[in-house]
Amino acid sequence: MALERSDVEKIAHLAHLDLVEADLPQTTAALNSILGLADQMQAVNTDGIEPLAHPLEANQRLRADVVTEVNNREAYQSIAPAVENGLYLVPKVID
Amino acid sequence: MQWEVVIGLEIHTQLATQSKIFSGSATTFGSEPNTQASLVDLGMPGVLPVLNQEAVRMAVMFGLAIDAEIGQHNVFARKNYFYPDLPKGYQISQMELPIVGKGYLDIPLEDGTIKRVGVTRAHLEEDAGKSLHEEFNGATGIDLNRAGTPLLEIVSEPDMRSAKEAVAYVKTIHALVRYLGICDGNMAEGSLRCDCNVSVRPKGQVEYGTRCEIKNVNSFRFIEKAINTEVRRQIELIEDGGKVIQQTRLYDPNKDETRAMRSKEEANDYRYFPDPDLLPVVIEDSFLNDVRATLPELPPQKRERFQAQFGLSVYDASVLASSREQADYFEKVVSIAGDAKLAANWVMVELGSLLNKQGLEIDEAPVTAEQLGGMLLRIKDNTISGKIAKTVFEAMASGEGSADEIIDKRGLKQVTDSGAISAVLDEMLAANAEQVEQYRAADEAKRGKMFGFFVGQAMKASKGKANPQQVNELLKSKLEG
Repeated sequence: MALERSDVEKIAHLAHLDLVEADLPQTTAALNSILGLADQMQAVNTDGIEPLAHPLEANQRLRADVVTEVNNREAYQSIAPAVENGLYLVPKVID
Repeated sequence: MQWEVVIGLEIHTQLATQSKIFSGSATTFGSEPNTQASLVDLGMPGVLPVLNQEAVRMAVMFGLAIDAEIGQHNVFARKNYFYPDLPKGYQISQMELPIVGKGYLDIPLEDGTIKRVGVTRAHLEEDAGKSLHEEFNGATGIDLNRAGTPLLEIVSEPDMRSAKEAVAYVKTIHALVRYLGICDGNMAEGSLRCDCNVSVRPKGQVEYGTRCEIKNVNSFRFIEKAINTEVRRQIELIEDGGKVIQQTRLYDPNKDETRAMRSKEEANDYRYFPDPDLLPVVIEDSFLNDVRATLPELPPQKRERFQAQFGLSVYDASVLASSREQADYFEKVVSIAGDAKLAANWVMVELGSLLNKQGLEIDEAPVTAEQLGGMLLRIKDNTISGKIAKTVFEAMASGEGSADEIIDKRGLKQVTDSGAISAVLDEMLAANAEQVEQYRAADEAKRGKMFGFFVGQAMKASKGKANPQQVNELLKSKLEG
């Protein structure tokens, strides 16, 4: 499967990436070469092989349900670009 | 054309853990903004999520309660999308291998029947933060206290065929998670939130119609209204020659309408993939058995027991079993008064409307189960009539003490001495001589209504204290005689 220029534009939009016009041909080619690798891997016969959820042969450790964090709001918000009344401010978004 | 409505629901329940699903931050509702948001919740680089055991236990408990397969090897995945209240740029959720597989719930309907609704799956995930769009001059305020609160998302099969069935299903889930103690069920605070997938199809058609999803409907009443409104919109659209477009919509209760949020075609591709920060979760048989041993008697079992043990109807039994507190209250009243039907009636009708009026939950009831049971004993031994009992009940509710104290203090004891009742009746009949003449002259058909008049007068004359049955009998013999 090869991507068209319009596919790349759509993916960039979904990924919130602002691609410049001049970069589009190169990006399209690069993505297509990655997909080529994926195609190569797809061709491998994986019948009867369980999908791998994680490369480590281990299981998730669980923690006890205990509150261990204290309020560090001031420290965390000291590096935020904009805060007000304890809230982080971001450019207005309405879905 | 006859239309059939098809509804499936996704319910998000916030699990009642002390700390978040992947961090040690507190989950208390209503705290100062961002005081419960740690580096993990803020999505800072270099942090690692560590799964909360209690969230796993609660999810397993739910799975066992709906007779579902438990995913003993389940996997967390990243669901990628952009929104400022999701600082990592992805939500940790479950996709391919959820913790709870296929199960079912039996829901009691208003007509007394039981309907089985399939649960497709339930999976663990983290809640997002909150965005506040008002009052910041072109900016949006972000509070991440809620980010990372554990959620169990419960996905139903498209098995419901009306808004009423959908509400009955949500109520069943609501009761169940509260019974299990895994969610406080507070819909106003967002502890239990509902997305409704709604479509319509011509009756008899096998394929489903195109569905719309109504996001975040947060009360039983709004669920019913939102679905009915959406169903009307879709039917009108199709009958006018239009086509339903698959999209996400929001319900506006003020205008009683649903509005499009975004179309699914434009929707994000979530690019799910297994989260490399989390290893697969393995649930051992011993863990499953330990959780199974802690399951309480659940609403359907309680309902069946109430029917069998007390001879109650499906509806009464399911109303009483709908919350653990109410069921316990009812059982205590029965244990004192011994009469289950009388107890059921008083708990559901009089106590129910009192709680409704005062906006109280049953565990805050101003009349205790002991008080109510004691009063029902006095109805049963004919100390008071059912009518006087309402007066006694109100007095108990306003803190005047036990039924016996109130009956004594206010002199409400029923008069059962037939001599005394007879004297009251004679006096009353003498005062209404004209009506007595008319009664005796009237034919059988008219007498019924006229007899009621005399009963009313007699009860009034005795200040409601004469035993109604005796009044009836004595009055009949006096009028006929």
